[in-house]
Order: sequence, then structure tokens, then C-alpha cells
Amino acid sequence: MTIPFRTETFRGDFTFSNSPAAIRRFPFPFDRDAYMYSVNIEQHVPGRVQTTTEFPIDIDEHYVAEMEDRALVLKADPLRCQSLPHMITAEWDLLELLMTSMARHYPDHFTLTCDGDRWHWVNRPLGIDQEFTFGEAATLPLPPMEYVTRQCQGDFCLLDQRDDNLWMDAGIVTTQADWSLDFDLGMNFIEWHGPVPLAHDLGVFDRALKFLMNLQQGRPVRRLNWTMTINPRLDTSPENYHLWGVDKASVTPENVGDKVHLRVELQALWRLPRSNAIVFSIRCYLIKMDELVTQKKWARRFHRVLRDLPPEIAGYKGLSRFRETTIDWLARHDDGAETSPGFGPD
Amino acid sequence: MSGGEDFRVRVVEAENVTPTIRRLRMLRCDGGALPPYAAGAHTVLTLETGGPKLRNAYSLLGSTLSGGAYEIAVLRTEASRGGSAFIHAAVGVGTELTLSTPVNLFPVHHLARRHVLVAGGIGITPIAAMAAELSAMNAPFELHYAVRDEALGAFAGDLALRHGAKLRLYVSRRQERLAVREILQHQPLGTHLYVCGPERMIEAVLGDARAAGWPEDSLHAERFLAPAGGEPFAVRLARSGLMATVGEHQSLLEAIEAAGVDAPYLCRGGACGQCETTVVAADGSLRHHDHFLSDAEKAAGDKIMICVSRLEGRELVLDL
Repeated sequence: MTIPFRTETFRGDFTFSNSPAAIRRFPFPFDRDAYMYSVNIEQHVPGRVQTTTEFPIDIDEHYVAEMEDRALVLKADPLRCQSLPHMITAEWDLLELLMTSMARHYPDHFTLTCDGDRWHWVNRPLGIDQEFTFGEAATLPLPPMEYVTRQCQGDFCLLDQRDDNLWMDAGIVTTQADWSLDFDLGMNFIEWHGPVPLAHDLGVFDRALKFLMNLQQGRPVRRLNWTMTINPRLDTSPENYHLWGVDKASVTPENVGDKVHLRVELQALWRLPRSNAIVFSIRCYLIKMDELVTQKKWARRFHRVLRDLPPEIAGYKGLSRFRETTIDWLARHDDGAETSPGFGPD
Repeated sequence: MSGGEDFRVRVVEAENVTPTIRRLRMLRCDGGALPPYAAGAHTVLTLETGGPKLRNAYSLLGSTLSGGAYEIAVLRTEASRGGSAFIHAAVGVGTELTLSTPVNLFPVHHLARRHVLVAGGIGITPIAAMAAELSAMNAPFELHYAVRDEALGAFAGDLALRHGAKLRLYVSRRQERLAVREILQHQPLGTHLYVCGPERMIEAVLGDARAAGWPEDSLHAERFLAPAGGEPFAVRLARSGLMATVGEHQSLLEAIEAAGVDAPYLCRGGACGQCETTVVAADGSLRHHDHFLSDAEKAAGDKIMICVSRLEGRELVLDL
């Protein structure tokens, strides 16, 4: 099926928006009217048709525009993509995972032909036709991780497993919710989760680490995470806080619907075969409040989640400046009716 | 919960490398590619022996960049529960088998400055794969391989050809002793040690390394234990309400699987921790045989690794 790619921006004039079809497939992260941390990990198996989990790697109408935005971020700050030397095998593993998945599930747009180690990759939306030798970095114009992830939506971290821990030793991170690869590079699982409130006391991270250390090849897992962003901005990095931090003070009762966005991350984890590393992919979806409230169930439920959120979590997620204004606006879309079980729209 | 995807494979080569070691080479029946894997990985083979269905873990020989064939080498052991004897007697070219997606619980440490590989007997299978991988990466390593006699060192000739002076062979029949203490003394900081072989050898090598002050993080061993046998006992699964009997030569895990419950596992050898199960009640005493639980956890008696451990008594109730 051919995807109609949109022409849009995630900065400057902010022309990003979702089609009605994209709204309906939005990965709304709340299956009840309240939110608390949990290890909400499930098998990353194919979901229903025309949802964000139909295929392991989701390509949607924002693909071309997101790849253009990624190129702008990397041009301004090359440190958004880094890899320690021992991660080169994991980079090739990642390239194989992404290319094979994209080619299999979106054959109209991507083609991969493999003759032993001689590979031929065609990316029609971005106009790329590349022959290379798998395992020989010199045959690609960029290192393998950067090459393939400049052509795939979502951020990607490569985690080395050693000494009974996971280490963030490589990644490309250009659409982050206020964290930094350059800061976290070389940290282990417990270290990079250090700033998260409440969850440490619940033992969430110890359990998650133990689970991930036994993650198996061929059995990826996923979870949803969320925060909120003012304006449809993909790059909300600490490095650029001076550009986007001020937006939080710009929310008024009049502009909530257009400016305030729910930001959902579909996070997936795969065990890689040659390197034994783990891919941690973070695919970001944005939806503005005007679009969200077109689904009555989501409008009601998100109002209640935001209203009842523990203050520590609201603070950590950076919502405090505009939370009350947004709750007041959402209250007008909450008729007090019960919400149906599950994540999807009614 | 148990294992990754399974693949039907056909044996395309089978040879007795020695009177007690049989090598199998397998390809997918449907012509598709088997997943790539790295040195140290194992696969779980399902063996329809005619008696109880057995699932045994075998280290994969070599490593592959692009998938292809899988090779294993199987030692016929005296105390075989039927798996290795079945492979020696009944598996040949054309036999179809089921194997699992590889799992790697014994990977090369990617930040080591130097690698010391130690193998005893059939323990050479993951170690030889590591040597090949390190050699391809141009990483500094040395390989120490202890065998009982020349015939048992069936892989020694091939290893010598590939790795030359990096291989040291110790043949016990010629009174040659693997002196680990001397090997360890002269290694630079940042060296990692990998050992696979008989249980007593692994303990001795790790003991020497610890005595020489090596940090625990630099020591790696792989040991697959065969499930211990014992008197039959009953197992009741509290959540599903199922009852089963664990036979004399059967593991708890096998009995639970035979009862139709998909219990979690990775190594089936008491090493990885995946099959850790909560004990609800035990009418009898637990016999822990694993390397995963700490001594304190074993003494507490509320957890059991169902792949190798069992009950000495009447009935065990598990949270499954």
C-alpha cells in the first residue's frame, strides 16, 4: 500500500498535523482513567491492521518530513549520533533489522536484495539506491547505524550487555523528550534511569533490568511511554532547551487546542543476533489537543489522567507550567460519562 | 514464554568425529535462512526419542554472519538420559529435527583487552566458536584445550591449523597438565577468562583465577547441567490447577511441559534464571542443583529452578 507522505515542518512555522486516519491509529497510552508507572512490557507481536503495531517497524505519513528534520538536527549537532568502537557489530545488526523489516512490510517504498554479503537497498521516498557489502563499513557513505537510521523514523539506542547490566554505548537520538544521548552515553541501565522519581522505590527498574537481560532473539517486546510537548516539536533536547523551554509559558486558554500536544513513545526492544546487544527504539508520535478530542473517549480519559496525576510525575515530565490551563480546556470535553476499557477509540 | 521461534531442520551431514563425539550439520527444511548468531550461543533441540520428548541445549559450533547452516557436536555420555544416545544411534543425514532460535548466555565481552579461552573435552564447542570469532576480529587471545587423549581431541587438528601458536593442547594421557595458575599470572589488566568443560575443571579454573585476585566481572563460564534424577514426586500448579508426576529421569520442567503448560526457560541447565518459579508449598525438601540462586535463596526455600532442581518428598506446589 502506498503511503501519502505529508509535506510539513516540526519547527519554525510548525505545519505538522495528523490526517483523520493518523488520528485514529494514534497509540493512545491510557487504558484506564489514571496513570502510574508500571513495567507495562508486552511481546512486540503484530497488532491489528492499520495500527502502529501492525508491523515491527512503523512507517507513516510523517516519514519524509521526519527524516528531513533529523538531517537538520544532525547538521546542527553531530553529537546526536554517537557509537563507541566496540558497537560496530551491533550497528550492522541494526541495519539488517531495519532494512529487512521495512522492505518486507512496505515493498512499495523499500526494496532489499541480498546476494550473500552483497546487498542492494532502494529507498524510493528518499531517492536512495545503494549497493554495499554487509559487514564492510567502507562500502557505505556513512557508518551503518547512522546510514540506516537517517532512513527510519524513531530514535535508536544500542545497549551492550556485560557485567550483569546494560550499557548505552551507541545511538542516534534526535526526537527526544528532554534527555541527551551525549550525556547518557556509556551509562548503565540504573544510571540513566537515575532522574526518574518514585519508580526506583517501586523496584520497577530492577525488575525491568532483570527481564531485559534475558530478552531473546526473535521475541522483541514493547511498551508505551508519554509526555507532553508545546508545539509539534520533535527535537526537545536539553541541548536546545533555550529554543523550546520558553514555549511552555506561551499556553493560553485560547491556544491549548493547537499548541498543546500529547507525545507518545512506542518503545521496543530487540535482542540482536551477532553482537548480543539490545536495540532500544523510541518512536515518537505527536497529537494536538484539537485532534485528540475528535475521539470522545480519549478526551474524557486524558482529562482525568492529567487532572489526577501525582505532582512528582507531572514535575518530572515538565508539565507543571501548562497543566492547569490544559485541564480546564479538556474539562469542557469531559461529559462525565464512563470510558470504555482498552486503549483504542470507541 | 519458552524459547524463541522454532525451526524445522534437516540433518545434511552427520559424522562420528571420534567414537564418542557425533557432529551434525543442519539446514532449514523450508529452504529459508536460519538466524545469524555469535560465538557462545546455544540452540535447544527437541528430540522425539520415542519415549518422553526431550529438549536439550547444545552449543553452536562457529558463528555466522549471515545465517546458513548450524553445526553441533554431541558427546555420548555414560549418564545420558537418552538425548545423546538417541543422536548417536538414530540421527543421521535426512533426519528432521526441531531447534530453537539461538540464545547467547556466554558471549564474548566486547570491552576485553585480551581473551584467555580454556576448554576441557566437549567444552571446546563454544570455545572454538569464540576463537574463530576473535581471530576474525583480530582480537588478542590464547586458547588452552585439555583432552584425555588424541582421539578425543578431534577438533585439535583443525584448531591448530587455524590458530597455530595461539593453541596450547594438553593431553592427560601424556601426563600434560593444564596449569591455569601459570597462565593467569602473566595476563595484562583487562584480560577476560572464558572456561567451558567438566564441572570440576570449571570450578578449579575459576578458583585459581579468584585466588590470583581476578575480578569476578572478568570471569565467564558456561555449564549446562543435565537435570538431576531422583525419586518420583507429585507437582501441583496452583494457578492452572494442573497435577503431574515428575518421573525418576524427568525434570520438573519436562513434567510441566508434558502436562501442557508453557513454562519459561532459556538454558534448561540451571544457569540463566529464566525458569525461576515461586514455591507455594513443599511436602518434602527441595534439592537445588542450579547455579543461579544464592545460598541464602536456596536456604529460604521459596524459589526453585524447575529445569534442574527437584523435590525429595511427596508433593510440590508451584505458582504456575
